[in-house]
Amino acid sequence: MSDFRTPLRRVRGLGAGGGTEHFWRQRLTALSNAVLITVFVIILLTLMNDSYLDVRAAFGNPFVGIVMGLMVVSATIHMKLGMQIIIEDYVHGGTKLPLLILNTFFAIAVAAACLYAIVKLSFGV
Amino acid sequence: MSDVKSARPLSPHLSIYRFRPTMAMSIVHRITGAALYVGTLLLVWWLVAAASGPDAFATASGFFGSIIGQLILFGYSWALIHHMLGGLRHFAWDMGYADSKETSTTLAVATLIGSVTLTVVLWLGIVIFG
Repeated sequence: MSDFRTPLRRVRGLGAGGGTEHFWRQRLTALSNAVLITVFVIILLTLMNDSYLDVRAAFGNPFVGIVMGLMVVSATIHMKLGMQIIIEDYVHGGTKLPLLILNTFFAIAVAAACLYAIVKLSFGV
Repeated sequence: MSDVKSARPLSPHLSIYRFRPTMAMSIVHRITGAALYVGTLLLVWWLVAAASGPDAFATASGFFGSIIGQLILFGYSWALIHHMLGGLRHFAWDMGYADSKETSTTLAVATLIGSVTLTVVLWLGIVIFG
């Protein structure tokens, strides 16, 4: 049986979709991570020996909460994209889709928990 | 459709290649990325504990201050620094720099030396000034 489709038509859609967008977001969040995580580590170092009340007081500075919130958003997007590539490279067949879904849920859950805590600490409730 | 998929080419087996620093840093970049991914749970724990109250915060602080906690944080800081240096290397490549055979090998070795050095300097600073 002959196939009337052109060679181009036969291969279209076989690759991963949205690769350029994925690549770009990975690089964009890599850049923001480099800045935000460096600042976050410096903040952590200043809090290292602080008591609970000192740590709570540190969140009284809006800069601390804003940097941490931005870092959480940037880092969780970056790690979701990265783990997606790892899964797509190594996992084939029926377990791939559930793992991709779990990956997205995990990243969002981490972001939600961190952001909740940051907002609560920053608003001093 | 399915027969088209099964006939698609697969990469040659890894063992046919001679070991190069670039391939080691490639897989280490991926492994450190995966470790950082799981390790975000440490950040969740610390932040949620701080938001929960003094008791939860004391438990988390106690763990991070323990020998095991410090070892985990030491490893985590290395993974973070290594992954960041690897990322900067990717930026250079993306912009078309440093991608010759010799330079990329040098950069791969430099990434490892750089990450270990920075991690040791960071923790020496913590021990001395902390």
